[in-house]
Amino acid sequence: MEHLSWGRFPRTAQRDFPLGEPSTGLPRLLPPLLARGLGRSYGDSCLSRGTLLPTCSWNRFMAFDEASGLLKAEAGVSLGRILEVLGPRGFLPPVLPGTRHVSLGGAVASDVHGKNHHRAGTFGCHVHALELLRSDGSRTICSREQNGDLFAATIGGLGLTGLISWVELKLKAIPGPMIRVETQKLRHIEHFFRLEETDLALREYTVAWIDSGARGRHLGRGHYMAGDHADLPRPWPRPPLAFKVPGEMPTWLLNPLVLQTFNRIYHHSLLRQRAEALVSLYPFFFPLDRLERWNLLYGRSGFQQYQCVTAKPETLIRILQTVADSSHRSFLTVLKKFGDPVSPGLLSFPQPGFTLAMDFAQRPGLDRLFRQWDEWIMEDGGRIYAAKDARMTQGDFQRQYAQAPTFSRWVDPAFSSLFWDRVSGVKP
Amino acid sequence: MKVCVVGACSAIAQAVVERLLVEGHQLYLVARNQVKWQRLLADLAVRHAREIPGEILDACDVSQHRPLMERAAQAMEGLDCLFVAHGMLGDQYQDQEHWPSIERTLHCNFSSAASLATAAANRFLAHGTPGLIAVITSVAGDRGRPSNYIYGSAKGALNLFLQGMRARLFRKGIHVLTIEPGFVATPMTAHRGHGRLFASPEKVARDIARAMRRRKNILYTPCWWQPVMFVIRHIPEWLFKRLPS
Repeated sequence: MEHLSWGRFPRTAQRDFPLGEPSTGLPRLLPPLLARGLGRSYGDSCLSRGTLLPTCSWNRFMAFDEASGLLKAEAGVSLGRILEVLGPRGFLPPVLPGTRHVSLGGAVASDVHGKNHHRAGTFGCHVHALELLRSDGSRTICSREQNGDLFAATIGGLGLTGLISWVELKLKAIPGPMIRVETQKLRHIEHFFRLEETDLALREYTVAWIDSGARGRHLGRGHYMAGDHADLPRPWPRPPLAFKVPGEMPTWLLNPLVLQTFNRIYHHSLLRQRAEALVSLYPFFFPLDRLERWNLLYGRSGFQQYQCVTAKPETLIRILQTVADSSHRSFLTVLKKFGDPVSPGLLSFPQPGFTLAMDFAQRPGLDRLFRQWDEWIMEDGGRIYAAKDARMTQGDFQRQYAQAPTFSRWVDPAFSSLFWDRVSGVKP
Repeated sequence: MKVCVVGACSAIAQAVVERLLVEGHQLYLVARNQVKWQRLLADLAVRHAREIPGEILDACDVSQHRPLMERAAQAMEGLDCLFVAHGMLGDQYQDQEHWPSIERTLHCNFSSAASLATAAANRFLAHGTPGLIAVITSVAGDRGRPSNYIYGSAKGALNLFLQGMRARLFRKGIHVLTIEPGFVATPMTAHRGHGRLFASPEKVARDIARAMRRRKNILYTPCWWQPVMFVIRHIPEWLFKRLPS
């Protein structure tokens, strides 16, 4: 079976080994091993030169307490499945990333964040306990109180500390499936930073979409979306039907002109300066799930997502400026302000500041652009999201993730990924 | 309905269980492997917000079949359906020269299922229940082929057994459903690789649940297996034996 990362770059052959019952423990295989969830990591943190262990067969719910909202489930259960099963009973995973096709184990390993980071923190903030299968044959239950060091290393640990077999997560009670969303048209990037100071930014969910093709006085124009759960008990909706990209599209399809036009049309599709709407949570949280396998749109050469965080607005403006001046265009650009809640994870990506995520088709010259931005980000004390990266060097990693030396002590010697081979200096 | 499911951890049974629970039936789940059974029951308890009774039992142990019906009836306060889903494919080429292995496959696929059906029929007759006995056999039971005639003969015998039983019991209001799935993408067939002819357990389960509701006699699932097997059954033997297996 062919395994690729979500960005379909780099392309290297992958082997996998089907897991047995969770009780049988870790299979004895030639290292390095790496868990494989639903393959939504963009970069090479989900690829291995050894054997991938697909967790899709570990998809059972184990226990749920309605009084406390505490759910225990196997690592292969997806967030979408949790939503489908427990949403109708008024419970929601406390943090939802941009797709619902993420496994619990993957959400922990990448310590994912969502539109409510400024209030709820990362996914790892809501994990009460998890079980880790290590290559020494041990099964370790980790929580903040019990094996706290290993717990901290595993949250955001990119699957390197062992195989997560189950996760205990505290769900959030919600009044119903509807979100009251207010959308404001952003005239330019300064407008975004101004809105972040207003009451709108205090809503439970906030995120901005940016038109990466706009330049000059329109630089950083886009839409600012802020949402709250509507107190309307409605029947739980079905997930909207998804259109499936039939196959790998030609590489020229998403060329800069198409992307610029798409972004411009989307920007102007919001006719008024300000719009309010009541929407179901599926399109609100997971707009891209409407287009299944959208990563195939980029064609054979794939794409890279650049996601960084920095506390300095000037750096973001400079980055957007260089995109507008270059021949590269981002299909989807998302800007979000992170909050103060601190994740227990050692390698957790979010930190106070602004995070910018952009998707770029893999083309010559992209690396030079990224390199330049890396320097600016690192000067600010910011960092790049490891779960989306496919090119960070060992030095960059050490500089961006101060806890890296502590983390590496907890890495299971039989586990590695292509990402880890690179940033830990292993020569395959 | 109050349904006793034997072989509840099989992929087809799990998908059927899912549908029966959604339709609001009461279930008693019987499986051999304790670990799988516990995982399944915990999962169902969370997802359907109710505890489902059941037990660990090796369905090949025929001495337990009568007591099983009693225990299931006690747990659900009644019993009006038996669904038999256990079975083993065996390895034709490894087993074909070794009688004890053949006998094990025949026992597991034929004798134990026939015994379960008998136990359920006896209970339904004794209590005057217009019950339903649904048993999974296989299209492999329609014609013997060198590549799996051990499994096929057991399933074929089961087809005949159920056919006779159906004719005997229908006047008493007891219905017998023979389910003949084609290739289904389950762990039992994982070694063959799941090609285009393989149906998903969910698709098969949808057909089974409908056939149970409508009290169909013989169900081929997916339905196109019915004409295919009609043709295969009618190929003359002098030709059939020469066909590549």
